[in-house]
Amino acid sequence: MSLPEMSALFPTLQEVIFVLFALLIAVTSLIAAMAPNLFHNALGLVATLFGIAGIYFMLEAEFVGVSQILVYIGAIATLITFAIMLTRGMMFGRTSAMNRQGLAGAIISGLFFVVLLGIVFQVPWPNVVADITDGEALIANLGALFVSTYLLPFELLALLLLVALTGALLLARDR
Amino acid sequence: MWGNNWNWSEALTQFQMRLGAPEGAARLVAYGLGAVVLVTIALTLVLFLIWVTRKVVSRIQDRLGPNRLGPYGLFQSVADALKLLTKEDITPRNADVISYNLAPVFDVFGVFLTLTVVAWAPGLIGADLNIGVPFLVALGAIGIMSALMAGWSSSNKYALLSGFRVVAQLLSYEIPMVLSMFLPVLLIGSMKLGTISASQSLYLFGFNLGLGWTVFIMPAAALIYFISALAEAEQTPFDLLEAESELIAGFHIEYSGMKFAMFFLAQFMNSFFLGAIAVMLFFGGYQGPFVDQLPILGAFYLLIKAMLVYLVTQWIKGTFPRLRVDQMMQFAWKVLVPLVLALVLWQMIVMKIFSSSWMQDVSILIGNLVVGGVVLNVISNYLRRQKVVTKRAFEPKSLIGVMEPVVSSGD
Repeated sequence: MSLPEMSALFPTLQEVIFVLFALLIAVTSLIAAMAPNLFHNALGLVATLFGIAGIYFMLEAEFVGVSQILVYIGAIATLITFAIMLTRGMMFGRTSAMNRQGLAGAIISGLFFVVLLGIVFQVPWPNVVADITDGEALIANLGALFVSTYLLPFELLALLLLVALTGALLLARDR
Repeated sequence: MWGNNWNWSEALTQFQMRLGAPEGAARLVAYGLGAVVLVTIALTLVLFLIWVTRKVVSRIQDRLGPNRLGPYGLFQSVADALKLLTKEDITPRNADVISYNLAPVFDVFGVFLTLTVVAWAPGLIGADLNIGVPFLVALGAIGIMSALMAGWSSSNKYALLSGFRVVAQLLSYEIPMVLSMFLPVLLIGSMKLGTISASQSLYLFGFNLGLGWTVFIMPAAALIYFISALAEAEQTPFDLLEAESELIAGFHIEYSGMKFAMFFLAQFMNSFFLGAIAVMLFFGGYQGPFVDQLPILGAFYLLIKAMLVYLVTQWIKGTFPRLRVDQMMQFAWKVLVPLVLALVLWQMIVMKIFSSSWMQDVSILIGNLVVGGVVLNVISNYLRRQKVVTKRAFEPKSLIGVMEPVVSSGD
């Protein structure tokens, strides 16, 4: 066997890292769905989001990865955990991950898995590496696109957040 | 060898390859060596920082502080660390073992990652990430999660209450901190901490004075960053998380021995490195006279400046009273957030209108002076009002039946 054939047998470092991250995501998302303690579910969710951020970093989408950590872990996961901590009865007790809709859920998720499999294998994924501008120009492009091509969705998102904020104020107001 | 584009990891890799090592292994060894050196420096620094804190606070309180072990009591922290290592490791019976043990590890881990992007000298930066500034912000999320985990898993009501406070305080002060961090980014046009430090130079007749600090044109942004960083590092006016009279020791009340030491370590390092970030963003980073001629001087300048910022935080620790929870939240949401938003808006408009850079700088400075004046005014007004309230509280109202503030006795 020649040297290139030998090295083809071993996974590259990138593949090893990908498999490790994928394992982390798989295990922790199982914890998020199945663990009997609600707080453990939340921690599993946090770890899952970290793993996904790791995949983003591996794909050199650093900005997306950091945004993922900042928004999902820094804000959303923390608020979920906070809400769980406020409901004291659920905090230390054991909750069942299953309810009477278990069978229906299993069927639906099984069907969804089949659909996903079909998409993964049927869609002709573009295998061309685009001309990636590296470094800071990438983030500058992203910012420029937000205020030119995607201005309307961007502003609509801002409006949505404003509505949510006003709604929260209205609900929490002293009457 | 130490040219303009000199980079420590490249230089180390090249050196090993000249000795005959394969490139991948050489790179791995270079980065591993860099990480070990950085972490060792940080840990040694913490021992020194603890000594500085104890000395400064005891001078303020008219005491001597540690003075037995070594010159000026310098080795007292080493003895303390050894003592902590030998202490018994207690786990509460109802604690959730996994998260209880993971929390201190995560806390230290999050703070150590800050070291990655500290620009010590030109070319001497762990990794000059394209997203340096947002990376620093994202690390805060790890700190919040670890405090939450510690507070919940200890199964202690004081720890749990402190966990709630952690979320409220850190999330609130993250907003003004992030926005004020992005003001120098907006001006310089880069999120790399190496580039931000490098662009704060000032050339006079071709000689780099190293005094083009952004604080000279945005003092209010630096002030807001400093206040929010105090809150993020849980330093004194905002040290509600471990208010002894209310919560005993905060979220790490159930931790002992080395696990407690890890929280302690993370807190000291966090307050020092938030100061170092302030130095990199606002006080010129490694810039100073003769840095172009002798780059390693940059590390010296950075450490000196960061130590000065740290001394200011310890001075505040020794002199300020602690805020109440509602006061702390109001200050963040009603004062800091609107003002820093106004600053961001003003700077964006100014940078769009004026094309010449000195016009931009002057207008940004004017906006900053206005906002800085408002912040200081709010604080001093508040302190004056507090004084009146305290005096009223001591007046025996019910006996006299009038509610007038006591006439000041000339203090």
